Amino acid sequence: MSNYLRGAMAIYAKDIRLEARTKETVSAVFAFAIIISFIFGFAFDPRPSVVAIVGPGIVWVAYVFTGILGMNRTFALERDRGTLEGLLLAPVGREAVYAGKLLSTATIMIFVEALLFPVFLVLFDLNLFNIWFALIALAATIGFATVGTLFSAIAAHTRAREILLPLLFLPIVLPIIIGAVTSTGAAIDGDGWDGVGKWLQFILAFDAVFLVLSSWAFDFVLEE
Amino acid sequence: MTTQTVNQPEGTQLALDVVGLSKAFGGTPALRNVDFQLGWGKALALFGHNGAGKSTLIRTLVTLVRPDEGTVTIAGFDRVRQAAQVRSIIGYVGHQSLLYDEMTARENLRFYAKLYGIADADDRIERSLEEVGAISFANRRTRVLSNGMLKRVAIARALLHRPRVLLLDEPETGLDQGGLELLDSVVTAVKQGGASVVMSTHGTERGLALADRVLVLDAGRVSMACAAADTNVGDIQRAVLDAKPSANAKPSTNRTAS
Repeated sequence: MSNYLRGAMAIYAKDIRLEARTKETVSAVFAFAIIISFIFGFAFDPRPSVVAIVGPGIVWVAYVFTGILGMNRTFALERDRGTLEGLLLAPVGREAVYAGKLLSTATIMIFVEALLFPVFLVLFDLNLFNIWFALIALAATIGFATVGTLFSAIAAHTRAREILLPLLFLPIVLPIIIGAVTSTGAAIDGDGWDGVGKWLQFILAFDAVFLVLSSWAFDFVLEE
Repeated sequence: MTTQTVNQPEGTQLALDVVGLSKAFGGTPALRNVDFQLGWGKALALFGHNGAGKSTLIRTLVTLVRPDEGTVTIAGFDRVRQAAQVRSIIGYVGHQSLLYDEMTARENLRFYAKLYGIADADDRIERSLEEVGAISFANRRTRVLSNGMLKRVAIARALLHRPRVLLLDEPETGLDQGGLELLDSVVTAVKQGGASVVMSTHGTERGLALADRVLVLDAGRVSMACAAADTNVGDIQRAVLDAKPSANAKPSTNRTAS
């Protein structure tokens, strides 16, 4: 196994093991998502005609804001524990550290997103158990994690990290959010590939571009 | 403590070669034109008051801080262009243990063994834990360990991949008498194995006893650089307190061949 893969998988496995033990991020992020969903539940009359219009927006507002909360912890926890230097000193290349962190962030986000499926079903009668929505959510979440992991590393070095991350993150991922909201509406309407395809391709292209850029930039972000 | 034999890279006479190293943080100089060399199997003790630049120097050598000027070559590898190779041959014990609270000491070492791609990881982990006297608490989560216990595990972590150059930043912090003796034996064993050690310390006697070379920093500059045999505790303490070179010390502008 190459240094890159070995390092990325070791960091990924360590992060998932720690999260399985502490459940710190999942519990905090899930509780936040439930609160957001309830607020929307009271703010809008959840009639089918209203939900058809605002439903995709509600889903992605909940996903994006819970994602930010989770991503804020990606490097903040390492920094607060004093373990970030241990990762940076490993002879696996900074891009492997980035890849491991990206994978663990995306996994935790996808897990929380899946937990929210029944919540949306109960509160808004919004059925997200749909292969096209699953593909959109997967592609968009990887895009969020790709950008968010890089900015989380930048923000972790600052005192105002909770403010800085959304300020950096949201303008960059706006194209993904637009694509995800639009294609989620199409997926819920049962449009299939015809409605979802071009947006899915757009999000995947975004993921690929930012994966390359973020991997390259990561080395410069973490050195003092 | 077992002795580790180090394969010195072919044609590499020096473990460390630092030339004109400078670093500033936000316009405040932390290191100014630092020069020194260290041979294989030697130890360098780094002295200086708080803020003199000891930690910045060590953090620059271990690739955590990028130098502004100058060159650093470790075992023949350039610290900037070959950072990954440098990381694979250095061991570092800093102010933080670099251990995860929610994992046991053994699990922490297993994680680092994976990161370093150590083939016989289980054997190496057990040997390292034994060497630092940490077997009895190896299965405890590190959040319940004392500072001294954490430091022992941190030393085991730093030695796990058999580094060619061991860098210790005030390693005696938190160690009891037994821990200090362990630290002495680690440094001695690493040297005997042919690897080199750089150690920053406020413990002048201990540092001088373990070191082959001495470097005193003052406001980021080398104020004293000499062989340990050519100086004494009083000279070093005066150099640290007065921030003036000792009468026995060589001028800082001279590069110190080891």
